[in-house]
Amino acid sequence: MMSDFLQFAVSGVTVGAVYALIALGFTLIYNASDVVNFAQGEFVMLGGMGTVFALQAGLPLPLAALIAVMGTAMIGIAFNKLAIERARNAPIVSLIIITIGASIFLQGVVQVVFGKGIHRLPAFSGDEPLRLLGATITPQSLWVIGGALVVFAALYLFFTRTITGLAVLATANNRFAARLAGIDTDFMMTLSFGVSAAIGALAGVLISPITLTSYQVGVPLALKGFAAAMLGGMGNPKGALVGGVLLGVLEAMTAGYLSSHYKDAVAFIVILVLLSVKPQGLFGLRTVNRV
Amino acid sequence: MTSHWKAIALAGVASLALGFTVRAEIKLGATLSETGPASFLGDPEAKTLRLLVEQINAKGGIKGEKIKLTIYDDGGDPNKAKTFATRLVEEDGVVAIIGGSTTGASMAVIPVAEEAKVPFISLAGAIEIVEPVRAYTFKTPHTDKMACEKIFDDIKKRGFSKIAMLSGTDGFGASMRKQCTAVAPKWGMTILVDETYGPKDTDMTPQLTTIRGNAEVQAIVTPGFGQGPAIVTRNYHQLGIKAPLYQSHGVASFSFIKLAGAKEADGVRIPGTAMLVVDQLADSDPQKKVAKDYMTLFEKATSQPVSTFGGYAHDAFAIFVDAAGRAKSLKATDIRDAIETTSKLVGTTGTVTMSKTDHLGLDLDSFRMLEIKQGGFDLVK
Repeated sequence: MMSDFLQFAVSGVTVGAVYALIALGFTLIYNASDVVNFAQGEFVMLGGMGTVFALQAGLPLPLAALIAVMGTAMIGIAFNKLAIERARNAPIVSLIIITIGASIFLQGVVQVVFGKGIHRLPAFSGDEPLRLLGATITPQSLWVIGGALVVFAALYLFFTRTITGLAVLATANNRFAARLAGIDTDFMMTLSFGVSAAIGALAGVLISPITLTSYQVGVPLALKGFAAAMLGGMGNPKGALVGGVLLGVLEAMTAGYLSSHYKDAVAFIVILVLLSVKPQGLFGLRTVNRV
Repeated sequence: MTSHWKAIALAGVASLALGFTVRAEIKLGATLSETGPASFLGDPEAKTLRLLVEQINAKGGIKGEKIKLTIYDDGGDPNKAKTFATRLVEEDGVVAIIGGSTTGASMAVIPVAEEAKVPFISLAGAIEIVEPVRAYTFKTPHTDKMACEKIFDDIKKRGFSKIAMLSGTDGFGASMRKQCTAVAPKWGMTILVDETYGPKDTDMTPQLTTIRGNAEVQAIVTPGFGQGPAIVTRNYHQLGIKAPLYQSHGVASFSFIKLAGAKEADGVRIPGTAMLVVDQLADSDPQKKVAKDYMTLFEKATSQPVSTFGGYAHDAFAIFVDAAGRAKSLKATDIRDAIETTSKLVGTTGTVTMSKTDHLGLDLDSFRMLEIKQGGFDLVK
């Protein structure tokens, strides 16, 4: 039954890679602004839907994907400039509610502009599944997993090797101190929203050939991505990666070995238990309040 | 102040007078899910109703009286559907209600229609709508129970009896799973594997791997609608499963083939309506002309392909028009009596013959078993 196990693992890692990318988007914005951005799923949706319609307009797939990702990044930046930055002094809860509003707004706009239909992108390198020790994997799954790895590696380098990356980290650590050190914290926020939106959109482009896309795919994905981010520890990119893959594999194994009826329940019970033991998540830092 | 009251009184008299002059209209109401998660049902249904009303009014209406159609968008929310149904009977004074795109919305409209004694023709699938039979409630789509029986009938004809089920956990999938499980013994079916998936799930290979792992499974039945069945079909192809795959009538449309991919969906069987294979029907088939006319009308006006769901609205409207034409008067109660005596009315879904005990009026033959071949539907003979 090795082949079955492998099949469940392949399924879990593919789905998990998607959750990880979304969790990463949550993490970036949370670090820069302390805001949990519930419009994160809409970035995924915009990436997929944008590519579908750019493709229909006759553009080649790579160009269509690029336009969708860049366009979504612009929307992320505009969202920060027009909504979050203006309410900067409002309590965090209000900001989170603003992101929920943005999520509903974006869904509404896409529904009106692009319609309510479900769409699928063509797979990047064909639909013929590859065989691997009795398990099958679609080339698109490899794209998803590979894409996630590249994004994580690139971000790791960005945060450890570039001055801008370090400045973002500094802003996340202590906004006031960062500002005193001459860092343009507003720009770092804008950058975080732009990058976060672009990562979400890229995830949307990569998964649309597998999961299909429509104006309403964002919210359920955002919830899973949020759960993954909590599992791994909100605010830690490594936590996002581990949390996402863990959640995906947990779901697939439950569906495979126990019963698909309990798939979501088991995943969330594990998260609940883990968070009650380790409230900051697997890799989250314990927050210390100095009195 | 007094002038204020005078104005109101005047407006009241005026509206009364107006009411008398516009009395010579047949008021038809609808509450549909034009937006929201069930918009893929409500959207074509609303478009269909508007087109058909326009068409019949251009021809002079029913018995020389034009139809005035009022459509509300309930977004698939049962609470809104109930509010709109109340508004339709109390404020708009309709003589019949079409709608409830979803089972939930329809169940919410039923008590309103029954109490107001206004006939209600539902466009939703579940059998609970017409069983037990209620005096004023009717419906047009096949029930999920019939879909199960049609599928089992076909599996039996192929000489199989051991099946696996992979159902969506949404209302549609859950209800059909229940019905299939209930009627399976009657058709000699044994359900060996019973798996489910969430309506927003993105990968069903684990469930299908489990099904593939059971060598005795001869056919797979997958109740569900939306994007789930398309993903199931793609995963089924990916895993190279040999047992034939049956999808439900919930995805009997060309857009399903497009979503799943023509190659991946090849060989999948679906119980569907005549409309999908209209060109393959014999010329003697009474449904051919009805389906063709509706397709031409809809596709010309909306430049979208027709769906089974718009067809449900077409049939509900046809039942209403037929009944209004035969009714003693254009009062709601008389129209109800006429709907109950609908006989051999040819619609896109089938030929409808209602009775006191049957407020659906379709039999199993009205379903056609279709097989996806080279990106199109083939009638299974």
